[in-house]
Amino acid sequence: MTMTRHFQLRIYRYKPGSDPHYDTFSVAMPDEANVLDAIERAWDDQDRSLMFRHACHHASCGSCGLRVNEVEKLPCVTPVTDYPDGATLTIDPMRNFPLVTDLAVDAAPLYERTREVGTPIMRESEPLRENGLRVLPEGIADFNRFENCIECGLCLSACPSMAADPFYLGPVALAMAERALAEPRGIDRQSIIDLIDDEHGLWRCHSAFECTEVCPSNVDPAGAIMRLKRIVAAKKFKKLFGR
Amino acid sequence: MSVNAKPKPVARKPIQWIDLRGRRVGFWAYLAMRLSGIGLVVYLYLHLVILNQLTAGPGAWDGFVALARSPIFLALDVVLIIGLLVHGLNGLRLALVGFGIGVPRHKTMLWIGVALAVILSVLSALAIFSKG
Repeated sequence: MTMTRHFQLRIYRYKPGSDPHYDTFSVAMPDEANVLDAIERAWDDQDRSLMFRHACHHASCGSCGLRVNEVEKLPCVTPVTDYPDGATLTIDPMRNFPLVTDLAVDAAPLYERTREVGTPIMRESEPLRENGLRVLPEGIADFNRFENCIECGLCLSACPSMAADPFYLGPVALAMAERALAEPRGIDRQSIIDLIDDEHGLWRCHSAFECTEVCPSNVDPAGAIMRLKRIVAAKKFKKLFGR
Repeated sequence: MSVNAKPKPVARKPIQWIDLRGRRVGFWAYLAMRLSGIGLVVYLYLHLVILNQLTAGPGAWDGFVALARSPIFLALDVVLIIGLLVHGLNGLRLALVGFGIGVPRHKTMLWIGVALAVILSVLSALAIFSKG
């Protein structure tokens, strides 16, 4: 039997030219629902002026990122059963992005940053064996985690360095840079190193690991940044000792 | 690919620097590192100002030594030791993970550092107040 949970959705509201505030919506959701379903229910039944970003509903497009009770979440894969019946869920937009309206942020800063490192996650066509199975390059499993990045921006929202430095490249771009250096595929490695070896690049990361904590795809951008620090530090040491 | 254009800045408010909402243990370590760092820099300058009293002769210095033995000053010594331990032990952890060492165990290292800081702080406080 389907169980129903009742929630108060306390949703951040902002329209350009007016003061931000919270509106509260009462919704009843089946246990199978996710938080995005609850927000859509509020929109559908109670207020069609509520604006939020969403598309695929299965953690593929990365567009619905926001904060539930202050914590960065991808609401399309956050089950309502994570919260007790009768709970109030405070829904806020992501941090560190320009706010457009209500829960919708302008994701341009994310894409501007990834463009800088060349978004090196696209794979070219792979050869097939005679039996039709794919031939995966040796060691490719090491890269699988980053291939899972859906560019939702939750890591940028959670990163405290991002809040302190508006020019900081941020976790996604740095993790992409690490990916590019690990498997360059013709990309100019030095241009990547020049980009990240900067006060607004690699060295602005202060290892809070918040990006990895909130990543809904278990990509571990902080781990990638640590590997990147080792690569760049090793180059500097070699240069220092003339090797 | 352009590597020259910097991303457009997003407006920041100073309060965002210490946005405590919805944070996890890594952020609290990050915040403790910054606060202890600022505290140690302030202490360094205070230390230099106090040492400057040596230039005013033995009388001025003896007066300071008497003040330094007061319970409030001894408590400040304990605060200083806590700051040194937090900053030093967490700094060691950050240096290791920054070289890619022990990254998957960074939280374990953090809790070991916290445990060491607590134990050494208590031992230091006992030593300071028993001799104070």
